[in-house]
Amino acid sequence: MNDATSLPELAGLRIAALVLGAGGVLASLVGAFFSPAQFFHSYLFAYVYWFGLGIGCLAISMIYHLTGGGWGVAVRRLVEAGAATLPLMALLFVPLLFGLPQIYEWTDTRAMMADPVLSRKVAYLNVPFFVTRAAIYFVAWLALAHFLDRWSGAQDRTGDPRLAVRMRKLSGGGIVLLGFTVTFAAFDWVMSLEPHWFSTIFGLLFLGGQGLGAMAFVIAIAYLLSRRPEFGRVLAPTILNDLGNLLLAFVMIWAYLSFSQLLIIWAGNLPEEIPWYLHRIAGGWNYIAIVLAVFYFAVPFLVLLGRNNKRQHYRLTIVAVGIIIARVFDVFFLIAPEFYRDHLSVHWLDLTALVGLGGLWLTMFIWRLGARPLLPPNDPELAPALARRH
Amino acid sequence: MAHIAVPHEPRLYGLMAEFDNPDTLVAASRRARVEGYRNMDAYTPFPVEELNDALGLHSTKVPLLVLIGGIVGGLSGYGLQYWVATIAYPLNVGGRPLHSWPSFIPVTFEMTVLVAALTAVFGMFALNKLPMPYHPVFNVPRFALATRDRFFLCIEAADPKFDRESTRRFLESFAPREVTDVEA
Repeated sequence: MNDATSLPELAGLRIAALVLGAGGVLASLVGAFFSPAQFFHSYLFAYVYWFGLGIGCLAISMIYHLTGGGWGVAVRRLVEAGAATLPLMALLFVPLLFGLPQIYEWTDTRAMMADPVLSRKVAYLNVPFFVTRAAIYFVAWLALAHFLDRWSGAQDRTGDPRLAVRMRKLSGGGIVLLGFTVTFAAFDWVMSLEPHWFSTIFGLLFLGGQGLGAMAFVIAIAYLLSRRPEFGRVLAPTILNDLGNLLLAFVMIWAYLSFSQLLIIWAGNLPEEIPWYLHRIAGGWNYIAIVLAVFYFAVPFLVLLGRNNKRQHYRLTIVAVGIIIARVFDVFFLIAPEFYRDHLSVHWLDLTALVGLGGLWLTMFIWRLGARPLLPPNDPELAPALARRH
Repeated sequence: MAHIAVPHEPRLYGLMAEFDNPDTLVAASRRARVEGYRNMDAYTPFPVEELNDALGLHSTKVPLLVLIGGIVGGLSGYGLQYWVATIAYPLNVGGRPLHSWPSFIPVTFEMTVLVAALTAVFGMFALNKLPMPYHPVFNVPRFALATRDRFFLCIEAADPKFDRESTRRFLESFAPREVTDVEA
């Protein structure tokens, strides 16, 4: 029972992930041969999307260890498998290091020194320090994911109650560490695309979006698995209601932080802050902004207010899939306008890189998901979740 | 003129059965609903989750009221700011447009929350007919135990299916501690 074939519901997804992943990677490599700069831009976009899903899963699993609750039993294995993709993401970060000059203008130190504002930022924005910081982030993330994963496996085998306490303690410090590391990773990898610009809320906004994407993703995958008798019993209407409320909470966090950033920068109207928005409200980028406001906030928000929409897994999954798609626009909106400041432009490499990395990510995810029982046998929340009558 | 009290048969509010445990109460409520009783209520020392379902208490109008309250609050909040900033007292603030919607959003949001919350509280009061200084169920002496360890089911006389004898027999069939007449 310990191989991935124990998840027949995901067999189709697995084959699709393998085929599309291989095809996407090959097509992207061909594109890289013809237009290397565009390849790196697209690769950064796709990388930020999929790596965010892994980090979001790690964050949700730590939130569960801290708070407990029946909702966690249903998604625990899914978010653990999502967090277990982080080693792969660490490996996939390496190609970006070869394209730093094509991606970040701050790699040109001479141009930096010539600019009165940027010359002050050279101490932080330089290649050696950038690589060092990235290594620190990955060590932190991989350590958190590794220990939680190892103790979770030990809990399955022995049921030692001390393991739950240990995971809770690690999650307490871990969530703080995650907040700091993801904030700085967002500053380094995405915010520095426009080195003049800064926004202190950007890191949390990034983390909120990752949590939202991960929550939507696990709800959708849980739907595929909901036919299983035991797993389906755990996904009772009350539990689905909690999951829907968490999804709603993430939608609201993202909207709240995004709007706060807009309001403060709009009200300040300062020349080093406002251009970031000026690029994004003109030249076709404004359509993406509207798509986000409608399909990433307004529609999910209104639908998730309804109790019946949260208590029916099918409806909840429709919202979740919509959010997963809208999140592509979200990440694209943060990154791509810095490469095309005048007008909206989507390159075919954006698509192939997204599909290629997505295929690799999903393959790893399904493989890790199949390696353990779908319901954590010794989780203290499992018995009450199975005993629930409705 | 001396007022002469005329003894009269007290009006009946309903019949109340007293149970030892919540499971019997839930079973009785479910059965009563199947029998066709609609005007009834249960009284317990702690929330019993299955009772809502057993008594058929599904729909409440509070969420709808809250939604309406929220929309009214949001529109009035935005409208007030729009009216002040563009019509009543236009003011040039650093060359920004008079109708600068981003800065209107926080107040709009807070007004939405405020009016929705007030609607929730007062709507709940109104729908529950609170404040209610008098309620017939307190005429049953043993009803005080509803806050300790007893579970009560009261079928009201207002129910079209209610009949003094048959309803009493129906309640007796669950072997309650006792069935009491509740005076109105």
